Amino acid sequence: MLREGVVRIPSGCAISGMMNKKGKCFSGEDIIKSIAIMHDRSNGLGGGFAGYGIYPDFKDDYAFHFFFDDDTVKETVETLLNKQFTIIFDEPIPTRKIKAIKDAPVIWRYFVQPKSKMVIQAGLPEEEYVVKFIMKVNSEIEGAYIFSSGKNMGAFKGVGYPEDIGEFFRLDEYKGYIWTAHGRFPTNTPGWWGGAHPFTLLDISVVHNGEISSYGTNRRFLEMYGYKCTLQTDTEVMAYIFDYLMRRQGLPLDVVVAAMASPLWMEINRMDPEKRELVKAIRAVYGSLLVNGPFSILVGTNQGMIALNDRIKLRPSVAAIKGDFLYVASEESAIREICPKPDKVWAPRGGEPVIGLLENAQVNYNFAAGENERIAINS
Amino acid sequence: MTLSYLTPAFLVERNDKRCIQCKVCVQQCANEVHRFDEEEGEVLADELNCVNCQRCVVMCPTRALSIRKSPNEFRQNANWTADAIKSIYIQAETGGVLLTGMGNDRPYPVYWDHMLLNASQVTNPSIDPLREPMELKTFLGRKPDSLVIENGKLKEKIPPQLELDIPIMFSAMSFGSISLNAIKSLARAARQEGTFYNTGEGGLHKDLYEYGANTIVQVASGRFGVHPEYLQAGAAIEIKIGQGAKPGIGGHLPGEKVGREVSETRMIPEGTDAISPAPHHDIYSIEDLSQLIYSLKEATNYEKPVSVKIAAVHNVAAIASGIARAGADIIAIDGYRGGTGAAPLRIRDNVGIPIEFALAAVDSRLREEGIRNQVSLVVAGSIRNSADVVKAIALGADAVYIATGALIALGCHMCQKCFTGKCNWGIATQDPQLVKRLNPEIGAQRAANLLRAWKHEIKEMLGGMGINAIESLRGNRLMLRGIGLTEKELQILGISAVGE
Repeated sequence: MLREGVVRIPSGCAISGMMNKKGKCFSGEDIIKSIAIMHDRSNGLGGGFAGYGIYPDFKDDYAFHFFFDDDTVKETVETLLNKQFTIIFDEPIPTRKIKAIKDAPVIWRYFVQPKSKMVIQAGLPEEEYVVKFIMKVNSEIEGAYIFSSGKNMGAFKGVGYPEDIGEFFRLDEYKGYIWTAHGRFPTNTPGWWGGAHPFTLLDISVVHNGEISSYGTNRRFLEMYGYKCTLQTDTEVMAYIFDYLMRRQGLPLDVVVAAMASPLWMEINRMDPEKRELVKAIRAVYGSLLVNGPFSILVGTNQGMIALNDRIKLRPSVAAIKGDFLYVASEESAIREICPKPDKVWAPRGGEPVIGLLENAQVNYNFAAGENERIAINS
Repeated sequence: MTLSYLTPAFLVERNDKRCIQCKVCVQQCANEVHRFDEEEGEVLADELNCVNCQRCVVMCPTRALSIRKSPNEFRQNANWTADAIKSIYIQAETGGVLLTGMGNDRPYPVYWDHMLLNASQVTNPSIDPLREPMELKTFLGRKPDSLVIENGKLKEKIPPQLELDIPIMFSAMSFGSISLNAIKSLARAARQEGTFYNTGEGGLHKDLYEYGANTIVQVASGRFGVHPEYLQAGAAIEIKIGQGAKPGIGGHLPGEKVGREVSETRMIPEGTDAISPAPHHDIYSIEDLSQLIYSLKEATNYEKPVSVKIAAVHNVAAIASGIARAGADIIAIDGYRGGTGAAPLRIRDNVGIPIEFALAAVDSRLREEGIRNQVSLVVAGSIRNSADVVKAIALGADAVYIATGALIALGCHMCQKCFTGKCNWGIATQDPQLVKRLNPEIGAQRAANLLRAWKHEIKEMLGGMGINAIESLRGNRLMLRGIGLTEKELQILGISAVGE
C-alpha cells in the first residue's frame, strides 16, 4: 500500500479549539476532553494538537519537532541542522507509554537559532531561510519529517484516537493560551504519523475537517513559490496558503480570508464600488488560492485563532464565547463538554470567519467591528 | 485543358414520388448542382459540383432529397487511398496548391477523448448547481505579483482585465472570410452571454462598433483596417502571429470577395487581393514583438489587455514563455485542428501539434518559471463541446476560443468549401443573396443558446467534482485521468492514468 505523500488520502474529521484572548495559559487537559467527546468522528488513524505559549523558556527559538524513522536518519539531519542552525537545546519529546499507541517513530525536538552568517549568505529573510530548510528536509530526506517549526508553540500528532495521542504526548503537563485539536477519519490509509493534523509552517498550524477539491489548483500555484507539497494532503496546502498570503504577501487577515473563502459573486455585486473593486481584484489575482470543496478549519497563530468554513458551509462548525475564552468546534457538544454555559453560542455562516485575536495582537486586520459579514471576537 | 479524371464525390438522390418540382433546391444551391430542365419539365442534378452542404436536403419541403458518399470506389489500396489519388488528379489538372476550408480532418487521436473527469462520492459532496451558486466568471489579463492594500483599500489598480461570465469566447474570424451577418450573430451572442468575439484580421465594420465592449480587435500582419479608432473600439487587442490551421503561413482573401464593404473595412481597394504575409514585417524577433505589444498599449493608454495568438508548434512552451516576458497579457494558442476559411491542405493536415499537448506544455513551463499567474492562457483548435472546455481548463487554460463550433451553431454543415465563397448557409460568403440567408437575430439566438447549454453542462461537471468556482478547476490536473495513453503522453499532459 502506498504511503501518504505518495498518494493523497481523503478524510473526514473532528476539530476543536479554544483560546484565551488575554494570553493566559491553561493546561491541555480541556482540549483533550473536548475532542474526545467527538470520538465517533475519528477512526483511530490520526489525532493531533497544537499549543501556543507552551515553551516560555525558549520563546525566541524555533521549536523543531521531528519524526525520524530511525537513529541513522536522525544523525543525518543533525549534521545538516548543526550546519545551518545553532541548537540551543534538544531532547526527545516526552511521551507516556499507553496501550493504544503503537509503532511510534523517534520523536525529537530541537530549539534552534539560524546561524546569522548563513542567513546573510543565503540573502533571505530569516523566516524564509527557516522555511527553505523545512522544505528541504521534508522533501529530500527520506525518513525525517519536521512537523512543527514555530516559536513558543508546538504540534503533537500521531496515529491513534486524539484523546490517546493527547495522553501519549502528556499534554496535560503543558500550558498554553491557544489549543487546537483534531480527530481524523481517513477513508483509506496505512496510518502514517506525518499524515495526522495539525499541519504547520513556522507558527501557523491548521486542523481541518473536510476535503479540498481545489487541491490541484492550490498546490500547483504554491509550487511556483517554492512550497513543496510533499505530504499530498489538502491540509498541508492550507497551512502554506496562509503562510504565502500572510507572511510572503503581507496581506491583512480580511484579505486572506476573502481570498480563501471569497464572497460569492452575488454578494460582491451588492458591495459598494470601492469594496467591490478590492474583492474583485482579490479574486482575479488570488483565484488559484480560493479553497473549494467542503472544509472547516481552525488556524492557530501566535497572534490568535481563526476559524473558517467553506463558502456554502458543507462542513459543520460552532463557535462560543465565555468571558475571555473563545471556543470553536465541529459540534456544540465539544464546547459544552468543557464550557457548559457559554455567554454566546452561534454557528458561523459559510465563508464567515471567526477571528479571535490576542489583546496585544499585532495583526493587520481591517474589518470594522460589528460589520455584518465578519465577526472579530476581540472587538 | 485535358479531360478531368475526377468523379463526383457524392450522390444526390431524389425521391421522385416525393419531389413536387418546386425548384427550392435549384434556388438554394449556389454550386449549381440542381437545375430545372425546361424540356423535360423536371429538376435534375449535376453531382460533380455537390459539396454535401446539406442546404437542399434541409430546405426541401417534401424531404425528397438525400445525399450520400458516392459508392464509386478505386481499387482497394491501403496506401494509395482515394484521397491520395484524387489529390494527384487535381494537381495534375491545375498545377496548383490544394486548398481546403475548416480544420484538420485526419484521423489523428483526439486527446480530449483520452481524458476522463473526476466526480465526488461520499467523502466530498457533489454540489447541485440547481440549488447552489456555481461561478464561472473568469478574468483574462496580466495579474500583478501581489496586491497593494492600504487601510482596506486597493492602493494600486490591477492591470486591465477582460471579464468573462463564461470561459468561452468566439475566436477570430474576419469580415471577408465570413459574412457580416455571421459576425453580427456572434457579436450579439457575446454581448448577451457576457463574453467576447474577435474581429480576426478583417477590421471592424461600422455596424459593429456598438459591440465594442464585447469585441477583441485583431492586429494581423496585413494591418487591414487597423487605425486608432479601431484599436480604441475593442475591449482588448490581439496580435495574430499564427493560427492552428496554417502555422507559418499567411492569409489570402481573393479579390472577388473584396466588395465595397469589405474594401472599406479593410482599407484596401475594391476587388484587390488582400494578402496577409506570414511574418509581420516589423516583427523578426521577440524584442520586435515586445515593441509592438507596448506600442499598442501606448496607443490605447494601457487601458486594454494585449493578447498574442500563436499556433501550437513544436517549441510552443519556450515561445509562450518569451511572449509572456515580452509583455503580453493573454496568450492564445491555436492547435492543429483549428479551423480556417482557406488553407493549403498539406499545411493544414501536417503542420503543428495538438492543442492538448501544447496547453499542457505551456502551462507547465510557465509554472516552472514562476510566471504562470502573470499571463492568461486561452486555447483554441477544435473545442467541440463543454467537456472539452472543462478538460482544457483542468489542464491549465483560463478560457477557450471556439470558432468552428460557433459556425456549426449558425448552420455550418462542415462541407469544408469555405474558400469558394459559395457558402449556402450565408456564413463563409460575401454574396449578398447568400448572406441574407443568415438572419443575425436568429443566428445570435442560436450562438447564445449554444453558450448557455454549455454553461449548464459545465456547471454540472464542476458540481460533480465538488467545485463551485471555475478558478478552482484551473490547472487542477488531479481532476483528469488519462485512458489509452502512453507513459510519455501522460507525462507531458501531467496527468495520472485511470485507476491511479
